[in-house]
Amino acid sequence: MDPIKAAMLKRSRSAKLEQRGKLISLFCISLIVIVVAAIFFFVASRGLATFFDNKVNLWSFLSKSVWSPAVNDAHGNPQVGALPMIVGSFGVTFLSAVVATPFAVGAAIFMTEISPKMGKKILQPVIELLVGIPSVVYGFIGLSVVVPAIRHVFGGTGFGILAGTFVLFVMILPTVTSMTVDALNAVPRYYREASLALGGTRWQTISRVVLRAAMPGILTGVVFGMARAFGEALAVQMVIGNAALLPHNLISPASTLTSVLTSGIGNTVMGSLENNALWSLALLLLLMSLAFNLVIRWIGKKGEMKR
Amino acid sequence: MKTKVITSKDVHLFYGNFEALTGIDLDFNEHEITAMIGPSGCGKSTYLRILNRMNDLIPGVKITGDIRLEDQDIYAPDTDVVALRKRVGMVFQQPNPFPFSIYDNVVYGLRLAGVKDRTTLDAAVETSLKQAAIWDEVKDKLHDSALSLSGGQQQRVCIARVLAVQPEVILLDEPTSALDPISSTQIENMLLELRDQYTIIIVTHNMHQASRISDKTAFFLQGRLVEFDDTKKMFLTPKQKETEDYLSGRFG
Ligand SMILES: Nc1ncnc2c1ncn2[C@@H]1O[C@H](COP(=O)(O)OP(=O)(O)O)[C@@H](O)[C@H]1O
Ligand SMILES: [Mg+2]
Repeated sequence: MDPIKAAMLKRSRSAKLEQRGKLISLFCISLIVIVVAAIFFFVASRGLATFFDNKVNLWSFLSKSVWSPAVNDAHGNPQVGALPMIVGSFGVTFLSAVVATPFAVGAAIFMTEISPKMGKKILQPVIELLVGIPSVVYGFIGLSVVVPAIRHVFGGTGFGILAGTFVLFVMILPTVTSMTVDALNAVPRYYREASLALGGTRWQTISRVVLRAAMPGILTGVVFGMARAFGEALAVQMVIGNAALLPHNLISPASTLTSVLTSGIGNTVMGSLENNALWSLALLLLLMSLAFNLVIRWIGKKGEMKR
Repeated sequence: MKTKVITSKDVHLFYGNFEALTGIDLDFNEHEITAMIGPSGCGKSTYLRILNRMNDLIPGVKITGDIRLEDQDIYAPDTDVVALRKRVGMVFQQPNPFPFSIYDNVVYGLRLAGVKDRTTLDAAVETSLKQAAIWDEVKDKLHDSALSLSGGQQQRVCIARVLAVQPEVILLDEPTSALDPISSTQIENMLLELRDQYTIIIVTHNMHQASRISDKTAFFLQGRLVEFDDTKKMFLTPKQKETEDYLSGRFG
């Protein structure tokens, strides 16, 4: 065989390196996939045990409002109604998103359209700082400031969905704001120029073109914020009152999926119904965060198609 | 003698310390197409953007001189910039339709002005798209995204969007430089049709385009206006040596 042909047939050094790189990244990816799959499998197997081993009806789990897994009711059935927690979780999530969105959009408009200089100098660092504060600090402030304030104004204990909403509002505001800022900055300059050249005022340009073009990005930010609020445990647990009861109003003690999980998981025996029921809540949480993810992807795709 | 729609005297423009326009005197007649030519970086866009005050958006710009639309001083402190831009529309180099439907693009300016009546809007859409010579291509998909159109179609929608506001003057900054020859020709023919109703000022990099469609031509060089004359005269018997060199392709 002539030497050139031999050299062509032999795999070069860089081809070998390439092969090795591929193997390493493949290994890392499979590890991540395995870990995620294991988590899913573990949570699902535990969470589903409530329904298969303990014969709890799925529908009554989702729709009944009495949560005391340790005590059977008059018919000898376990009482695992998760409705109070579901209502609590969705309540604080939606309310905090509803309150945070206008503030976030307002702040983002200020930072990108009205005073970018001040936005960069003052607001940007503040927002980054807010993102970095651990949730226990938010919870502590909620406990020592928000709860007493609510007690003072509305009476009652002060614990409840309102307090939870307020703490979560402050917690997700920076996330939603910075994602909205990114979305507004991504709107090309020539859209703004076209609008102004057609006789648009600055405000008309912002409200009719910039916000509209940035809408998919803003919605993604809001859903991200909601996902964060839905999954937040500690800060909410500190202010919501932790009563697994269907809340009558915004200031009666309530609970969320996460708050019941964190306060209960250490006090139950692995394999018992009490423990399994908590895993069912965890499974519900996992499925919901999956749903949030799907929504985010779906919004992203819709935004792309419009382009 | 034609009426002058825009007059400008001794226009200087500074980007910070850099003097991009060094004293321009230039007037534009009603119902004529005036072309502005010159090598890139000579200040054509800068001058054009003075006429609808788009340079106001750039920080650090200073403008002196006397620039008037009819009798109104464009840079007087009490000039309503929003109203000015409705009278002086602009088409940009890159087609820039909004990411909305074709319909919403065309009626954008009218909606800004508060027009809500559906029949008025519908009529404006049809008239403007017809004027922009694109009605037949899009009449069945007015509610599709304008971004689904080709570049040439997008540019004609952008022109329709300007026409819908019924401006008196239309500024076009190299409107065909991003388009293929066929789309360019369509736009040139459309501009010739529009000449009877509007005053058109077009920046072009393309001398042949200027000679095909314009009544008057202004030749810019390094922030100066070198020559301004009837297009025929200028292309056949340029007065200045620099113009002659540029037109014969010796530089630029
Ligand atoms: N925003 C700006 N800031 C500073 N200098 C600018 C700006 N825009 C244009 N210039 C300069 O002004 C001169 C004229 O630019 P322009 O009007 O865009 O030229 P043309 O349209 O003829 O190609 C160029 O030297 C350019 O570098
Ligand atoms: Mg230019």
